[in-house]
Amino acid sequence: MLTARRLGKRYGEKRVLRGIDLALPRGGFLVVTGPNGSGKTTLLRICAGLAQPTEGAIERMAERAQVGYLGHEPLVYRELTALENLELYGRLYRVPERRERIGMLLERYGLWEARHERVASYSRGMTQRLALCRVTLHEPQLLVLDEPYSALDEAGVELLDAQLAELRGESTFVLATHDPARVEPLASGRLALA
Amino acid sequence: MGRIRISLPALAASSLVLVTTALAFVFFVAPSDANQGFSQRIFYFHVSIAITAYACFAGAAWKAFRHLWKRDPRADLESYVFVHQGLIFGTLVLLTGSIWAKISWGHWWLWSEDQLVLFLVLYLFYCAYFMLRFSVDPGPQRANLSAVYALFGVVLIPVSFAAIRLAKQLIHPVVFTLHGPNFGGWILVTYCIAQVAMPVLAYTLYRLELSAKRLDVRLRDLREAFA
Amino acid sequence: MGYARDVGALARKDLLLELRARDTLPAMLLFVASVFVVFHFALPGTPSRLETSGLLWVAILFTALLGLGRAFVPEREQRTLDGLVLAPCDRSAIWLAKSLATLAFLVAAEVVALPLYALFFHSIGGATVAAVLLADLGICAVGTFLGAMAVATRARDLILPLLFLPLAMPIVVGAVGASVVEAPGRYLGFLALYDLLFAVVCWASFEYVVSE
Repeated sequence: MLTARRLGKRYGEKRVLRGIDLALPRGGFLVVTGPNGSGKTTLLRICAGLAQPTEGAIERMAERAQVGYLGHEPLVYRELTALENLELYGRLYRVPERRERIGMLLERYGLWEARHERVASYSRGMTQRLALCRVTLHEPQLLVLDEPYSALDEAGVELLDAQLAELRGESTFVLATHDPARVEPLASGRLALA
Repeated sequence: MGRIRISLPALAASSLVLVTTALAFVFFVAPSDANQGFSQRIFYFHVSIAITAYACFAGAAWKAFRHLWKRDPRADLESYVFVHQGLIFGTLVLLTGSIWAKISWGHWWLWSEDQLVLFLVLYLFYCAYFMLRFSVDPGPQRANLSAVYALFGVVLIPVSFAAIRLAKQLIHPVVFTLHGPNFGGWILVTYCIAQVAMPVLAYTLYRLELSAKRLDVRLRDLREAFA
Repeated sequence: MGYARDVGALARKDLLLELRARDTLPAMLLFVASVFVVFHFALPGTPSRLETSGLLWVAILFTALLGLGRAFVPEREQRTLDGLVLAPCDRSAIWLAKSLATLAFLVAAEVVALPLYALFFHSIGGATVAAVLLADLGICAVGTFLGAMAVATRARDLILPLLFLPLAMPIVVGAVGASVVEAPGRYLGFLALYDLLFAVVCWASFEYVVSE
């Protein structure tokens, strides 16, 4: 699914990544760890296709429509409601049976009651849960998740655990985390950045 | 694609020879114009510098296209240096044009001179290119934005020219101004020498600056590799 | 017609965002009215039709700049541009949708500005209205495009006017020309040509502005 050879990324003078090799098969689960500033976010952005490496090469066997990315920002519009946000992404990703799928996801992540309220009024945990809805909305084959647990409340953590366990094997994962122990049972590969 | 690499010293030497020859011809060989006298000599340089500046901007757009379409890794820097040279020669266009206007018409600036106005607009446009470039951190995004903007510039040139023409018709009905020398004999020769000298000079400066900038980049890469 | 649907979904989002924020349109209206008053004091006496036409276009241009500076603010501050760029839609759809939404607001502002101008200065003919519409297309197409570029810089809204004004110069020529001459056809044609040319360039190159 994902192959990288001697991947490097530099922003002007600042070197962020150097000499990364990875080979992630379909259905694999790669856990990326490392201290802050080690380039985890940059690596994940490259995996998702948001950034291009400055050295080396990366091959991705998934089209844009099949990739789901969760970054530090939830990538939802604060002035729109949860429903409007998911409607937008649903249309852009041509999600089949859009309404039903959105309804199902909102309900599953406990946001159904708040679906007509603006995201600006949500708690941090709720926003992150909405972000998870957004990521899984189009049933992506490649999921790139950057510290998905960090902004979640307790209920959200359980939901995410369940979701990961359910999708494990069907989808391919790249997950960056500060708490590798949590996802250790799911991992098929590990990458530690200096 | 095999490239004929003209060495920098050879270029510098040719520039020196050509520019000196052009200067000699302009001041000593070409006959004086009956009407405008000395000022008309500025015109030899003004026109050739203007064409050189246009060529630089076109070169910048070509390199920008190569960066965006062919992903040529050297093209971004080349495009930037072309814009820089274009701006330098553009400054000279405005200066020589202004001097010519003062000598011929008594004013340091003439809105009725199409070329001057066009260059003013382009000057502002490409100065904004620099502001743009310095306002983004180096990287693929800066290269992309610069390239796209350089392409816009080349589209702007004919559109602005048409606009300036249209603007003039707003106030004066269509007036054909035949300024510039009547071509013939030594005048033509002098003009041609100047026209060859200016682009060669520009290309020399372009290669000079490009090699300096490339050296910077390599130095940075090395420093970074040992860090 | 997936492309049209993408543009529709995105434009809807942009319109909703702006309607909810409720600050740009009132600001543009207030700005245009204030600018007209400034013009009155800047040109004492009775300025000619030619002079006030010029002022009208200065007012429209700067009012548009006000609105254009805000166009990509949600995408920048919440980094939602990443979300749009990741989506499988054609990136140019993002530009087109944003331009259409900005156009809607610019036209809404002009619905007030033009009668105000007619009240304060000179009456407006059909040619001027046509010029306004054609000029709006160019302003929104190019302005939105440059707004996306500006958002990627450190200088942000400081740099947008610098990028925009040289490119807007032909629009001003065409628009003022169409407003004052007896036979505006040539100027309107020029505006249409400008719109077509730059819309195509913007459409083709927006991809490179938002992706690496």
